[in-house]
Amino acid sequence: MSEALKVPTMAEYMAEGKKPEVLFWVGCAGSFDDRAKKITKAFVKLLNSANVDFAVLGTEESCTGDPAKRSGNEFLFQMQAVTNIEVMNAYEIKKVVTACPHCFNTLKNEYPALGGDYDVMHHTQFLKSLLEEGRLTVEGGKFKGKRITFHDPCYLGRANNVYEAPRDLLRKLEVELVEMKRCKQKGLCCGAGGAQMFKEPEAGNKDINVERTEDALETKPEIIAAGCPFCNTMMTDGVKSKEKEESIEVLDIAEMIATAQDL
Amino acid sequence: MEYIPNILFVLILAAGIGYFTKNIRKVIRNIRLGKDVNRSDNKSARFKNMAKIALGQGKMTRRPVSGVLHIIVYIGFIIINIEVLEIVIDGILGTHRIFSFLGGAYDFLIGSFEILAFLVLVGVIIFWIRRNVIKIKRFWSSEMKGWPKSDGNLILYFEMVLMTLFLVMNAADLQLQAMGADHYVQAGAYPISQFISPLFEGISQGALIVLERSAWWIHIIGILVFLNYLYFSKHLHILLAFPNTYFANLKPQGELDNLEAVTKEVMLMMDPNADPFAAPAEDADEGEPEKFGASDVTDLNWVQLLNSYTCTECGRCTSECPANQTGKKLSPRKIMMDTRDRLQEVGDNIDKNGSFVDDGKQLLNDYISPEELWACTSCNACVETCPVNISPLSIILDMRRYLVMEESAAPSELNNMMTNIENNGAPWPFNQMDRMNWSNE
Ligand code: SF4
Ligand code: SF4
Repeated sequence: MSEALKVPTMAEYMAEGKKPEVLFWVGCAGSFDDRAKKITKAFVKLLNSANVDFAVLGTEESCTGDPAKRSGNEFLFQMQAVTNIEVMNAYEIKKVVTACPHCFNTLKNEYPALGGDYDVMHHTQFLKSLLEEGRLTVEGGKFKGKRITFHDPCYLGRANNVYEAPRDLLRKLEVELVEMKRCKQKGLCCGAGGAQMFKEPEAGNKDINVERTEDALETKPEIIAAGCPFCNTMMTDGVKSKEKEESIEVLDIAEMIATAQDL
Repeated sequence: MEYIPNILFVLILAAGIGYFTKNIRKVIRNIRLGKDVNRSDNKSARFKNMAKIALGQGKMTRRPVSGVLHIIVYIGFIIINIEVLEIVIDGILGTHRIFSFLGGAYDFLIGSFEILAFLVLVGVIIFWIRRNVIKIKRFWSSEMKGWPKSDGNLILYFEMVLMTLFLVMNAADLQLQAMGADHYVQAGAYPISQFISPLFEGISQGALIVLERSAWWIHIIGILVFLNYLYFSKHLHILLAFPNTYFANLKPQGELDNLEAVTKEVMLMMDPNADPFAAPAEDADEGEPEKFGASDVTDLNWVQLLNSYTCTECGRCTSECPANQTGKKLSPRKIMMDTRDRLQEVGDNIDKNGSFVDDGKQLLNDYISPEELWACTSCNACVETCPVNISPLSIILDMRRYLVMEESAAPSELNNMMTNIENNGAPWPFNQMDRMNWSNE
């Protein structure tokens, strides 16, 4: 727990004339949002403990442009994309991992046509590959036998058909995985996507995150597992609105694995 | 005199097919009003999609009850059309049951048609009950008032009448065969209508012939009317589902297209070597500056327009839309219906005036309000669930693009977010230089 995080930047690697095996794309939420920063740190701890040779862009990273694009501002999106691609291509980056499904989707699907072609992985996919390569061990620890439900992020699930990687990791944690009645392809959105995170919802009779939290509560979970910083915020708020924050935690899968290892 | 029925039949057939062709050409013309988008790649994957989703009804059974019923009605509908072939040939040649020479195979065919017709009848009655007695929610939303509601029921009545006529026709025929009436060859198996024909016992041969002929004529005329009704109905999907699934997007659902017109300008702005004098020359070539996003149907691409004509109005999209479920005004089905209605209006305008004359209306505001557009979370639930691979989301996004890039009309919080991205590279007002602070907090 006490060891300081090792977070090298691409610039430092470059100065030493080296290249890391993977770029960790931290994302805006992961860099600035207090809750998401904890996920970032947990993921770095795992990278450190698995001796992954990674680097971040640090102050050279900028928003992928996802919220601008989904708001309809294609100009701003492409400006952001082209700027980021220039930086990444200058570092000759081949492989990228990110803990944000929105960054994941944009980098993986929307950057190639603008000149940024990388092998992009969501952190749950990356952690799973570390596990398979034997570089990381995942054991239940304090989560063993706990009742846990997983909320599929739209931009990981429906958008990119990644449903199993996060679930495989949860199974490794030896939890009791209970699915919500709407899950995987049918999973309900948390309400944050399409730039909704940054605005008040339109007039309606309920907040989407509350509707989704109700789905989760039906499974009577001890923990709601998430794989997206925005879903995390939405579900945390939903749990609070139901006054359940004492009994139900909302945790990212990376945080769970790090905690299980006592990192 | 002898040939009057044949001539009459050919005339009716020609009129029915002629009017249908005329309307289908209109549909094709209207779809072509859309912008170009290239969907000529990856033919094998496209065929596979079409075979699986349109022909194989692959996505229907995600809702098991309506899915299975729909498959029964669909298979029945297709197979009974083989019988229509015989009816058409009989009508033209003045023969009766021309395929009867097939013997045992004919018995099998007619027997299967009867069973299918019966199953279709049952299926359609259950559909009617679901709509009108159980009142399933997705058939009662606000966009399903008026014509769309009657349309849904009318189609069901059509099918009920057609199937009943088919069975009555066979029952009368069977009775006539038993009487040994002239012309009525001993052919076919009648597993369903054998239960109807006892009702006709005691009716004179003359009256029975009138009954059989009437059922025969009304049945075939009904089919022609049905064919022509499609154009005015969500039932166009029985034809358009095929091209629609063939041309549907094959990329990951999360990927939104990068507007090419924007790319050109961005590349020019970012490229230090760009010749500043090249830009005006290029612009002069292209004439008017390109409009970004969509405010009317002609700004959409032809696949989006094809989508709108294909929409079955089933409402699966709306019932899974998180915005709609939480009481927001957005309904992805309405987005598709509005697009089609506006496209139809533009098409009628062209028919009337030779070419489009400004009618002071457009898809944005007159049909779809910004409030609906801003409620979307881009979650792809509508796209995932649509049984014919329609993307309401792509239309929503193109209209947002117009609102933001042409009218600067984003909600103010979104404008703040975008200003932040522009100035500090993050949607919140944090300095880019602080991006790594987390690592030593
Ligand atoms: S993408 Fe938009 S319209 Fe479609 S289901 Fe999600 S919120 Fe509704
Ligand atoms: S868009 Fe698809 S899911 Fe929605 S009503 Fe039309 S056919 Fe049904």
